[in-house]
Amino acid sequence: MLALLKRITKTGIVSEPAPDVGDMRREIDRLQDEVLKILGRALTIREVDAGSCNACELEIHALNNPYYNLEGSGIKFVASPRHADMLLVTGPVTKNMENALKIAYECTPDPKLVVAAGDCGCGCGEIGRLFGPNYATVGPVEAVIPVDVKVPGCPPTPIALMQGILAAIKTR
Amino acid sequence: MRFHAEPIEFTRQPGLGAPIWHGHAADGEDWLRFAISVHRHDGRLAALWGSDERASGGGFRVHAVFALDEGWPYLILDLPADDPVYPDLAGIFPAASRMQRATYDLLGIRHDGEDQRPWLRHGGWPENWFPLRHDAGDPPAHENQATDYDFVQVGGEGAHEIPVGPIHAGIIEPGHFRFSVVGERILRMEERLGYQHKGTERRLAGADFATGAKLVGRVSGDSTVAFAWAFADAIEAACGVTPPARALAIRALLLERERIANHLGDLGALGNDAALAFGLSQFFRLKEDWVRLNAAVFGHRFLMDTIVPGGVVVDVDAEKLVALTTQCETIGREVKELQRIYDDHSGLQDRFLTTGAIDSALARELSLSGMAARATGMLLDARCFRQGYEPPPPWSRLAVRPALDERGDVAARIAVRFAEIHESLRLIRLICADLPDGETRATVTPVPDGVGVGVVEGWRGEVVVGVQLGKDGRLARCHPHDPSWQAWPVLEHAVLKDIVPDFPLINKSFNLSYSGHDI
Repeated sequence: MLALLKRITKTGIVSEPAPDVGDMRREIDRLQDEVLKILGRALTIREVDAGSCNACELEIHALNNPYYNLEGSGIKFVASPRHADMLLVTGPVTKNMENALKIAYECTPDPKLVVAAGDCGCGCGEIGRLFGPNYATVGPVEAVIPVDVKVPGCPPTPIALMQGILAAIKTR
Repeated sequence: MRFHAEPIEFTRQPGLGAPIWHGHAADGEDWLRFAISVHRHDGRLAALWGSDERASGGGFRVHAVFALDEGWPYLILDLPADDPVYPDLAGIFPAASRMQRATYDLLGIRHDGEDQRPWLRHGGWPENWFPLRHDAGDPPAHENQATDYDFVQVGGEGAHEIPVGPIHAGIIEPGHFRFSVVGERILRMEERLGYQHKGTERRLAGADFATGAKLVGRVSGDSTVAFAWAFADAIEAACGVTPPARALAIRALLLERERIANHLGDLGALGNDAALAFGLSQFFRLKEDWVRLNAAVFGHRFLMDTIVPGGVVVDVDAEKLVALTTQCETIGREVKELQRIYDDHSGLQDRFLTTGAIDSALARELSLSGMAARATGMLLDARCFRQGYEPPPPWSRLAVRPALDERGDVAARIAVRFAEIHESLRLIRLICADLPDGETRATVTPVPDGVGVGVVEGWRGEVVVGVQLGKDGRLARCHPHDPSWQAWPVLEHAVLKDIVPDFPLINKSFNLSYSGHDI
């Protein structure tokens, strides 16, 4: 126990300041300001992997490490879409996940936000093209449910993911 | 050469990869006999897949990679075009079952065994349309309607089912687990996978090597180095290319960095699953430091697209070598400190010890490889010397020490992960201290109709990639195989002596890939 406490003191606080959202706000097409007034800055996210290679999930996991400390910004991941304000969706939506994703979207209470993460989920870049629609995949997330913000990258870095999430909820 | 006096004649494939021999079974009886012989000699089934050879005048073909003490025999069996049926191997190697079912879903070639339930096809494409047939064309119009799946039912008073997934309660890939329980006790757990199936093998058909490396490097994001290396090994064997010594050393450096990154993350998550959030924070901090240096030195946090057929596209100078070595010192010191905290924490050990236990007999029966197999005491590591086996370069030069633990429970898998972190840190320091000079990449000229197989010891276990080139020198067929194929059925057994709330902990101690399995 003593070693544990010593380790905590020695580590101190390593969290870094949240990134600047920059121009991302402008790229948001569907987002309505009324939605943001209701949600404010505290936010719950349900992550849905709809066909990724799991690299996007590794970076989403990293958001909760002490450096990015996403929970410190009042944003946390929840276990059910019914508890969520936002869906964070990855993957070139597979046929086998299409229905599950639609159900998760329907179960998320209004008003809700959707962030698509990764080149596959956004349908952009070389990797988005390589994993484009085929017999087993429907296409990017927006082919299945409405998307508010896209965070490209293969995988997107934690900073990019944070920018995407913050951009979706910041009211200027 | 021949194995165990079986009639099939094998020849060793060229290249510097793991020792692999190619053989051709004359008929179904040969196929079956060889599998029985491998099983009798404590061997395993490493991978099984199918291919359509009708475009080149043949019928269909089924491919299997077996694992023996001395290396990997790769056996093929030709099947007629009109009635492609082959003998079921699941009675000898239960691990074959899901691979055979997936092979039917993709190619329409059938095994003659009992379990004919679909595996990867959930209703996204028609039953009588097979995506990997060369004349499949575009999928016919079809409504994506999820089909019912015939789970094995458990009856009796008080027995009920808990269906979990495909979307799980966490940041994790999708899959379905069907628990049959009485109270908290698990009577049976049956998996249904395939939700991540994105038709990667069809995307690979006709691809050039550069595209192939990118696609195979994204079969399972957490094992991108292992897959890209196994793919490169397979292409190099098919084209008779010898990668330069410096490239091999850098590949090993990348693979060990991938192993450490995953073990750090999982050790943190395991602490968290046993309610020690401290573990998650500390190990995730170390993992972040680790992947940040990956980005600084190799340009990608998870080292994607660093390995290509012929060599590597990254290099390290003296300054970077110092940074890599220095980090080994600091991370090593911190991991030792955290290991002591984990070891001394009675609450944590109470959850880890005896939970999710399997033994080596089960591991062998289900063809398990890698970290989880070593945690049952089996000396199985493609990087390590053992009786009758010499690892390929650069491992032969590095003399890797295998990490073993005989208990087979969550605690053992944690102990093996700790030991492997320390060993990988030692290997990275060794590689950095003695990096061969010279080129990092050899030219690869495609050889029409070339065939090759690569096997690499990824952090989870044995990653196998098989390739066949076409007349045009592009990929005609490429099958990437994740060790999770063998480990998922082991998980069904590992939960049987425990209660439902232990499942997340047991699951995390294996941390299997859904995407790698579903491809």
